[in-house]
Amino acid sequence: MKTRRDFIKITSAGVGAAALGFHALSWDSAAAQFIANGDTSPVSDEELTNYPTFCEVCFWKCAGFTYVDKKGNIRKIIGNKDDPHSNGRFCPRGTGGVGMYYDEDRLQTPLIRETKADGTQYFRKASWDEALNLVAEKMNKLRLEHGPECLALFSHGTGGKHFGHLVKAFGSPNITAPSFAQCRGPREVAFTATYGEDVMSPERTDIRDTKCLVLIGSHIGENMHNGQVQEMSEAIDHGATIITVDPRFSTAASKSKYWLPIKPATDIALLLAWAHVLIYEELYDKAYVEKYTFGFKELKEHVKTMTPEWAYGITTIDPNVIRETAREMAAASPTVLVHPGRHVTWYGDDTQRSRAIAILNALLGSWGRRGGFYNPEKVHLPKYPSPAYPKPKRSWKDAYPPGKYNLVSEVLSTGICDATIPNADLDCHLRGWIVYGTNLMASLPDQKKTLEAISHLDFLVVIDTMPMDIVRLADVVLPECTYLERYDPIRTSPHREPYIALRMPAAEPKHETKPGWWIAKELATRLGLGDYFNYNTYEEVIDWQLKKVGSSLEEMKRIGVKKFNREFNDLYFLQDLDDFEFNTNTGKIELYSTELEIEGYDPLPKYTHHEEPGEGFYRLNYGRAPMHTFSRTSNNHNLWDLMKENSVWINPKIAKLWDIENGQYIWLKNQDGIVTDFPVKARVTERIRWDSVYLVHGFGHTNKKLRRAYGHGASDSNLVSKVHMDPIMGGTGMRGNFVTFLKEKPEKEVKV
Amino acid sequence: MRYAMAVDTKKCVGCGDCVVACQTENNVPHGYCRDWIVENVTGTYPKLEIELRSERCNHCENAPCVRCCPTGASHIVEGGIVLVTHDECIGCGACIESCPYDARYPHPEGYVDKCTFCVHRVKDGENPACVDVCPTSCLHFGDLDDPNSDVSKVLKNRKWKVLAPEAGTNPQLYFLT
Repeated sequence: MKTRRDFIKITSAGVGAAALGFHALSWDSAAAQFIANGDTSPVSDEELTNYPTFCEVCFWKCAGFTYVDKKGNIRKIIGNKDDPHSNGRFCPRGTGGVGMYYDEDRLQTPLIRETKADGTQYFRKASWDEALNLVAEKMNKLRLEHGPECLALFSHGTGGKHFGHLVKAFGSPNITAPSFAQCRGPREVAFTATYGEDVMSPERTDIRDTKCLVLIGSHIGENMHNGQVQEMSEAIDHGATIITVDPRFSTAASKSKYWLPIKPATDIALLLAWAHVLIYEELYDKAYVEKYTFGFKELKEHVKTMTPEWAYGITTIDPNVIRETAREMAAASPTVLVHPGRHVTWYGDDTQRSRAIAILNALLGSWGRRGGFYNPEKVHLPKYPSPAYPKPKRSWKDAYPPGKYNLVSEVLSTGICDATIPNADLDCHLRGWIVYGTNLMASLPDQKKTLEAISHLDFLVVIDTMPMDIVRLADVVLPECTYLERYDPIRTSPHREPYIALRMPAAEPKHETKPGWWIAKELATRLGLGDYFNYNTYEEVIDWQLKKVGSSLEEMKRIGVKKFNREFNDLYFLQDLDDFEFNTNTGKIELYSTELEIEGYDPLPKYTHHEEPGEGFYRLNYGRAPMHTFSRTSNNHNLWDLMKENSVWINPKIAKLWDIENGQYIWLKNQDGIVTDFPVKARVTERIRWDSVYLVHGFGHTNKKLRRAYGHGASDSNLVSKVHMDPIMGGTGMRGNFVTFLKEKPEKEVKV
Repeated sequence: MRYAMAVDTKKCVGCGDCVVACQTENNVPHGYCRDWIVENVTGTYPKLEIELRSERCNHCENAPCVRCCPTGASHIVEGGIVLVTHDECIGCGACIESCPYDARYPHPEGYVDKCTFCVHRVKDGENPACVDVCPTSCLHFGDLDDPNSDVSKVLKNRKWKVLAPEAGTNPQLYFLT
């Protein structure tokens, strides 16, 4: 009999059939309970009540409905057909969001860290009053002794807005999210330098209508950014040409007409060679470049010698393929999209790589054009009345010399770490952190530095729904209810048409968990900041805001999503070469960046050689799997069923060299001697280059309280101990780490 | 009437959403699934291909599971949907052995379970849950006797294959290639 209950079966002609994933298992307590209820048949939708929500499993925030049966059990979550983020089709994580609600390992009560007489520490269950009083007391002490600016907030997700409001009211400007310095920051800075505007989220990419989609390491389909995945599928239907540049044969690569299996860390050379071909074969959009751009002459001179043959020696991509793909792009121009990607903090010159992408799009005339980049609009909801915020006297930037990071448009999470570690030039370091909805142990690289910063804190408060790794380090843990059990701020996000979406609870909060707005308001009251939270329930805020834009809570409870008309009819604002002044120094699209020049950086992107792995080492690449979001979903039973651990992808040639079998558990050791906490399964596959290995991000949890996820797989974050800082915007390049294989369980050598 | 499903392997990204949607729609217990993903990799670096398939019961016209069932629990209903009557199933597992597609599993409650094409939805004119949720819209469902159904149209316009045709089961799960 074949193996049956595999959710995902992977077969490969090269290395023999192999099945990964989930093996037959006896039914566990959850299934037993489920069956004891007698709920084994599907229920028709007529017997269910639905409540609008938008998803919080990832940042795409698709709107849908939570379906609840007559007993009050949440049964399923289905997308809202009127929502452009999902078009009624949730991704596996959104569909599996129910697993977040039912997770038996959820945080249930507030916890306070205690120390026994013998020095050992433990968490004690506490009442909300006690926990909130303690946090307020610590915040007050910090405010009186060091000033409110010594507080920082790390936040990810919709509910973080409540705490952002609290921290601003408290008087601190130090509000950060890993989504900038560990993710899309370089892209935003580069596009702003080029076009005077950034790419936004959801990205303003017109994948739906493009004729040619170019992906630079972007693995759409494995990163399950729902709208983009759906639009790529539409583009495939329309016969669009897809060109994928990736050292790994990604799912997107398998859907592409051209896959360019590039040598890692050489993308800029390829991008410049493409620019060379477009310019010197005169394939670029001449009218567009002439009318809108600044610095074409300088760019032409700059890329003069950067021929496909030059790039071949660097990238290993056949010069003919470089020419052919450049011509494909030009043939589709301006209905072409060189996708800016999202997680782009790779090698430390990421702003420059993003600049090269921005420049290519300008040469192809795709910015502001159909099938390229559109001009999104969003609904501006008025702010609920509240006093003005106090003006902070200091900020995290004081940790750096004046003038550093002038181009940084958001607070750097790693900058908060720097500002927390005391140094002689800093008159007061940060002393208190509130961490909301982000597992810093996985979302920040260089765990040693994060731990050092935390060691200097007077207090660390963590607000989460699950006992993530960061929870272990907290002094006080405040358990939030899941997004299915709470109101949150209205979703208003930029899109082709402006839309808003409502999140409302479909069930009472489980255990003693509370919504974020309530936690923030209770803290504010205890801090004498109650005026900033001048409402009894968050419904009042939402209803007030909705009425200001011609809707109401009552209406939104019925429809979930509401579409508004665009204020301006300029979705493709440069389609017909209309006059336009860009928000740059020259008022033009800056191929040659005057802004970067003024700040002392290269005004045109250059290829620089990056360190390569030494003998027996392989570059550590990492990415996403469609059924998980970062490290936050690993314990979700519905999604854990689909993928319960990551594996390390190894090319068969390398596996043979090391005598590693497919499915064998091994340990990884990086260039700094750091070894994975747990063994990780080898996936011997032709899909990866011989000079690199690949891990899906977000596994290898160290908190035993995550009973399903604990100990499964390897943490890539743990192995990213070397950070290549982007000098322009402080992004943490994370793809310059190298690993080797250990086949035996190692003695503990370096423990971070 | 003859219900069928076509899976567009050119668009499927193997995300597993069909699996989760089936779980929540049909109350499939954790640890079990009625549909699943197969990823088939061929070639050597860098000349590679991947075929991604969302698989489930093939609702065969000539269904070995129905033929071998000693109690008649496995049966075929209108539209060719193969079902298991839970109360009549003794859990002997003969059908599990006979299925060339590995589509059945022993439910912890003692009966054998598998994909029903979401018959409870289909009888109301809706699509199976997996079809409606798929982010890439790679699943097509409908009545093959209706030339205007989604599935009839894609099978007419695209190249397709079935799995294990040599088994002679006449499966109703098609793969667009």
